[in-house]
Amino acid sequence: MTSSNVGIVIVSHSKDVARGAAEMVRQMVGPEVPLAHCGGDPGGGLGTSVESIMAAIAEAWSEKGVAVLVDLGGAETNSEMAIEMLPADRRERVVICNAPIVEGAVMAATESSAGSSLATVRSTAEELYAGSIVP
Amino acid sequence: MSETSALRSVLMKHPVGLHARPSVKLTKLAKSFRCRIEVAQHASGPWIDAKSIVKVMALKAPRDTTLHFRAEGEGAAEAVKALSELVARDFDEDHADVATS
Repeated sequence: MTSSNVGIVIVSHSKDVARGAAEMVRQMVGPEVPLAHCGGDPGGGLGTSVESIMAAIAEAWSEKGVAVLVDLGGAETNSEMAIEMLPADRRERVVICNAPIVEGAVMAATESSAGSSLATVRSTAEELYAGSIVP
Repeated sequence: MSETSALRSVLMKHPVGLHARPSVKLTKLAKSFRCRIEVAQHASGPWIDAKSIVKVMALKAPRDTTLHFRAEGEGAAEAVKALSELVARDFDEDHADVATS
């Protein structure tokens, strides 16, 4: 897999949601985007963990950075903690997108597949919430 | 390829229209060209950036829409040709299971 495109990480409380969103990205956008997902707690219930988010970021790592898509509260705060625990040189290249998890992941990955920068990938994902979707 | 501009229209016959997967394909193809590319559902516009996945998906163009492409800059003619052909090929999708009335 190439690491010349921005990586996408999907963090959901539900393992199934995370896996399903990742599947949509893979099928709709293709294999050229580094992609990882995580969700659920080790016991099989709902939840997110800093450890698994860090592992997902490492898995989807790209020199161009990683865009993280989250669902609800804890997914975001745990993602923030995971980013804080990264080495300084990586920390500044990981962003959490303020976008719906499934749609945002597909939009972000589509943008990434063209070799766009992390800032562009993020703004494309966030465009959905920006209210500028009407042409 | 010298600086140029190009315009091309194509009837979209895909049964579901410009839904999510075709939008992604169209946007990805547009992004593979360096020129500025715009798409519209009417020759008079409004024209939107064909490289913006969010805007292309928001078009929600239905079946039997004529899509208009216009490009300006390096490779403009190739770009509108490639995009029109993608639409004409139904986005390379197998939709045998979709009723085509």
